[in-house]
Amino acid sequence: MLTYIVRRLLRLIPTLVVISIMTFIIIQLPPGDFFDSLQAQLAESESRADQQAFDALRRQYHLDEPLWKQYLFWIGGCVQGDFGYSFEWRRPVADLIGERLGLTFVMSLGSLVFMWVVAIPIGIYSARNRLSWSDYSLTFVAFIGLCIPNFVIALIAMYASVFWFGGSAGGLFSQEYKYAAWSLPKVWDLLGHLWVPVVVIGAAGTATMMRLMRTSMLDVLDRAYITTARAKGLAERWVIYKYAVRVAINPMISIMGMQIPQLVSGSIIVAIVLGLPTTGPLFYRALETQDMYLAGTFLMLLAILLLLGNLLADILLALVDPRIRLE
Amino acid sequence: MSEINDARSTAGQWQLAWIKFRQNRVALVSGVILALMYLMTVFSGFLAPYGPDHRFARRAYVPPQGLHLFASDGLHLPFAYGLSQRVDDTGRTLFDHDPNIRHTLQLFARGDTHSFLGFETDLHVFGIEPTAEDGLFLLGTDRQGRDLLSRILYGARISLTIGLIGVTISVILGAVLGVTSGYFGGWVDELVQRTVEMLRAFPQIPLWMALSAAIPPDVDQITSYFMITLILSLLGWTSLARIVRGKVLSLRSEEFVMAAQLMGASHKRVIFRHLIPGVLGEIIVVATIAVPTMILAESALSFLNLGIRPPMTSWGVLLQEGRNLTTLYFHQWLLLPALFIVITVLSFNFLGDAFRDAADPYTE
Repeated sequence: MLTYIVRRLLRLIPTLVVISIMTFIIIQLPPGDFFDSLQAQLAESESRADQQAFDALRRQYHLDEPLWKQYLFWIGGCVQGDFGYSFEWRRPVADLIGERLGLTFVMSLGSLVFMWVVAIPIGIYSARNRLSWSDYSLTFVAFIGLCIPNFVIALIAMYASVFWFGGSAGGLFSQEYKYAAWSLPKVWDLLGHLWVPVVVIGAAGTATMMRLMRTSMLDVLDRAYITTARAKGLAERWVIYKYAVRVAINPMISIMGMQIPQLVSGSIIVAIVLGLPTTGPLFYRALETQDMYLAGTFLMLLAILLLLGNLLADILLALVDPRIRLE
Repeated sequence: MSEINDARSTAGQWQLAWIKFRQNRVALVSGVILALMYLMTVFSGFLAPYGPDHRFARRAYVPPQGLHLFASDGLHLPFAYGLSQRVDDTGRTLFDHDPNIRHTLQLFARGDTHSFLGFETDLHVFGIEPTAEDGLFLLGTDRQGRDLLSRILYGARISLTIGLIGVTISVILGAVLGVTSGYFGGWVDELVQRTVEMLRAFPQIPLWMALSAAIPPDVDQITSYFMITLILSLLGWTSLARIVRGKVLSLRSEEFVMAAQLMGASHKRVIFRHLIPGVLGEIIVVATIAVPTMILAESALSFLNLGIRPPMTSWGVLLQEGRNLTTLYFHQWLLLPALFIVITVLSFNFLGDAFRDAADPYTE
């Protein structure tokens, strides 16, 4: 098992190199650089933009060098934990992303828990009552959940929380806690706000998982060993939870590794609409202002997260399913 | 009953699929809805009472107007009341029915000119007599006093076609690369598989956002439309290529393929005559399910101002109007374009599910 993991990790290295190059090319695609857009902004506000000062800045950040050299500067720094400098925020990229990463993960984990707690029981229920009215209506609700764009769900949720429940519009903290140090009341305040994004981000995933669990469960319920268990006179509850769910849940566990990175990138749009202090809006803003190191680092981080998620999925599947043994 | 059995025992693969598909009422309804929707994009100029940029200067944020049949003096042809404007004590402009002004609904009304297949015409399926101020706003108006229904109808052109064209590109790419890599194997297979793996290592939404942000703002509308379509299909073909490759790999070792090869059939003949028909079912299913994903992606990108940009209209662009919560509170109808997205995506999903069931010969 260990050798398998190590081998998989080693195989990731060439993939990572190609991904970093592609990321760099993508963030360099827009014509001009950050200082061009800054210069344009300054020119619009009619303040004098000093060409020489900009050239000096470009030299300072190696923006006047050829592309491959810029890439080497960047990737050389990345290996040492220096992901470059955000021009707009005038701070190192690592700090910026670092301080928002925690909340991003809390939110994604929250959505993950929400998805599991809601989707698995409903999936089981739906499969046990297959083709009943409750099954049909749950399927229909799941379909609807899949079909509403998540930014619209976010808008509606925000609307509901503000105008029906008297909550605050977007954000993760009330005004008084926004810049306060971490304390118990602040955590409590966070939890009060967190449920809106958690539910919105988890909505589509919950619908998908519900369907998956239902299909998987239906598949298992038709097996001979379930009939045998019933014929032996086992309690129905025992048959379902000990015999059927134990096997039917395997595909869910195997996709869990993929769900975290999917939730992190899926939450971007919702976070922008809700104005959350997570990484998504930071990335969006960086794309707009061509703050290339910030945007590039985030894109690369997500790609790495996705690769690790893939690996985790394979490992989890091997752990949970005794029939799948490696080598 | 025996009639059906007779038909089934002699039916070909596609006839069997059609028999099974026909029994799925929901899918049939979805198919009809989608057909109507796409027909609507062709005739949106006729169906929309106004042009997409027709501004009614003094009619901003008019709520959806109803059509009436009865008035104080009895039954009428369908008509809409004229509007009178007043400002309430918070400074907001409100509109009331003006019972003295009635605009009768006209069929085949004259209005804004639009072009249809190269012809200029001012004919519309319905509308009211053009007046200086009033219009017929069945779904309300936006901030600039533009009729939302008309804009939704014009927006459908982009929202609905982007998914279809994007999927066509992914299907062509995915099918060609999937078949070649499955059929020939070797270094071609290796190359295609590594490329697929690499592209799939990128998270979809952030990659779409980064690439759309890279579209230069000064390109013309058609170019930016096609660039967005290309970006959306860039990742779409990879899953199709995988599925097609897997299927081709298993078909390749079947006797009928070997027989064809032994009889001296060319690669071209084996691929087009024997392999493609074998994977066509899978391709159709995956393509149908991919369309709604692209429609949702386009709406999200446009909503964030990264996709279709004004003056072009798509459903995502229209939803931008409702982005501000206070605006939305007073003008809830601005979310109506979302309803059209939901109906379209729902129909495609039902259709895709039905195709999957129909294409699988082992389900009953």
